[in-house]
Amino acid sequence: MNKAEQALFELRHMDELQDMDSPVHRCSALVKLIAVIAYIITVVSFDKYDLSRLSVMMIFPVLFYALADISLMTCFRKLKIVLPLVLAVGIFNPLLDRTVMLVIGPLRITGGWISMITLLLKGVLALTASFLLAATTRIDELCGALRRLHVPSIIVTVLLLTYRYITVLTEEVSIMTDAYHLRAPGQKGIAFKAWGSFLGQLLLRSADRAQELYSSMLLRGFNGEFKHVKTKKESSREILFCLLLLVLLVLLRNYDLAEWIGKAVTG
Amino acid sequence: MIRFEHVSFSYEKGKQVLHDLSFDIKDGESVGLIGANGAGKSTVMKVMLGLIKAEGRVTMAGLEMNDANLAEIRRKTGFVLQNSDNQMFMPTVYEDLVFAPMNYGMSKEEADRKAAAILQQLGISELKDRYNHRLSGGEKRMAAIAVILAMDPEVILMDEPTSALDPYNRRIVLNTIRSMKGTRLVASHDLDLIMDVCDRVILIDQGRVIAEGSAKQILRNRELLEAHRLELPLRYQ
Repeated sequence: MNKAEQALFELRHMDELQDMDSPVHRCSALVKLIAVIAYIITVVSFDKYDLSRLSVMMIFPVLFYALADISLMTCFRKLKIVLPLVLAVGIFNPLLDRTVMLVIGPLRITGGWISMITLLLKGVLALTASFLLAATTRIDELCGALRRLHVPSIIVTVLLLTYRYITVLTEEVSIMTDAYHLRAPGQKGIAFKAWGSFLGQLLLRSADRAQELYSSMLLRGFNGEFKHVKTKKESSREILFCLLLLVLLVLLRNYDLAEWIGKAVTG
Repeated sequence: MIRFEHVSFSYEKGKQVLHDLSFDIKDGESVGLIGANGAGKSTVMKVMLGLIKAEGRVTMAGLEMNDANLAEIRRKTGFVLQNSDNQMFMPTVYEDLVFAPMNYGMSKEEADRKAAAILQQLGISELKDRYNHRLSGGEKRMAAIAVILAMDPEVILMDEPTSALDPYNRRIVLNTIRSMKGTRLVASHDLDLIMDVCDRVILIDQGRVIAEGSAKQILRNRELLEAHRLELPLRYQ
């Protein structure tokens, strides 16, 4: 299996995750989208040393992944390419910020380490929330929800067509890669000198396809605006859930739940 | 219904693709447009849809091709592309089905009913909520035909409707084309298909009409076909 085929397999797996049935899958796309945006904003807004309050936010992915019947490991496996980048963002913090913030026995923990872990946790939490949204919401419903939030039509259209044609493009890459390797046995990857013609071919094919696709849209009355028909009306329970979640996020952002629990336990 | 009068076209100076092309297709007729690769079949279809502007006079669905009539001509004409992936650009079959009806002013409820009726008519109701990129080749082609039928077209143009299909799916598509109402123009190399679904045939080569006549008359003429890089349908070989 070449890398393009592997990517197709991953995409198919995402479709299968979206086709599952759970309370999270059944929830309206708009509610999920608002919840995820609010969650990410809340997570990102914590101070760089606010690790204890931020750690409480881990409750959400754990709870909602369980509700959606999707393993958190599935998410981490899919995001294995992105996660090192998240780690890389804060890697220099321990070197730049050497102020001691905490002493545990002989261990002196500096502000740099705390801010690095906070940054890492923020990234991981934002990614897990985004992945959960993508894994439980069909793209057509998600695009409908984006339009209802008044995201510009052009952005939503690009997202929609990208999702539709990413598989077609990947299939073409897969076929071209196989064709290349059949005539270049024993070679690892594609030789640098062949990149130009390889990418050029792909570009030309994509341009031809884009032209025909646009013609097809025009012939069916396209006037610049996709009508998103897959929009489900929110039930009163879903609206209530969304409101409660927003209130909870505001509370968690402004009050230290971890400290309260600690005090309650220790007296 | 469809009339070409002295239609000529060139993509670039000195390279004429259509030469003074003239023919008529009557209401309700099913016509095959045959010709070897590069004969000009796809260009003829693009002219019919107003995707390219040619010299001469073109009449489609009773309307003269001009900027004022273009939208109405396109509303009355359904075009089944050779590559269904380029035709089915929405994420799901259902959304593709309601795309044109809603663009042409149908309410969501009406478009829903229309989509359900077409899917049932073609026996593919189970495809309704499927992702387009997860359909097989045969399913994609049937869905592409359904998408066109949802427009209630008066004229249906089809470019190689059975290309890359296995015999089973080819048979299904063939039966579907036979059952379609309205004026049909089928461009194909598959002369057996043309024999099965068309009453009349127009043979073109290098952008010129070479012969016109009944399907039986043209498709049994070995000399004529071979002179223009075609071969007899398999059943006559």
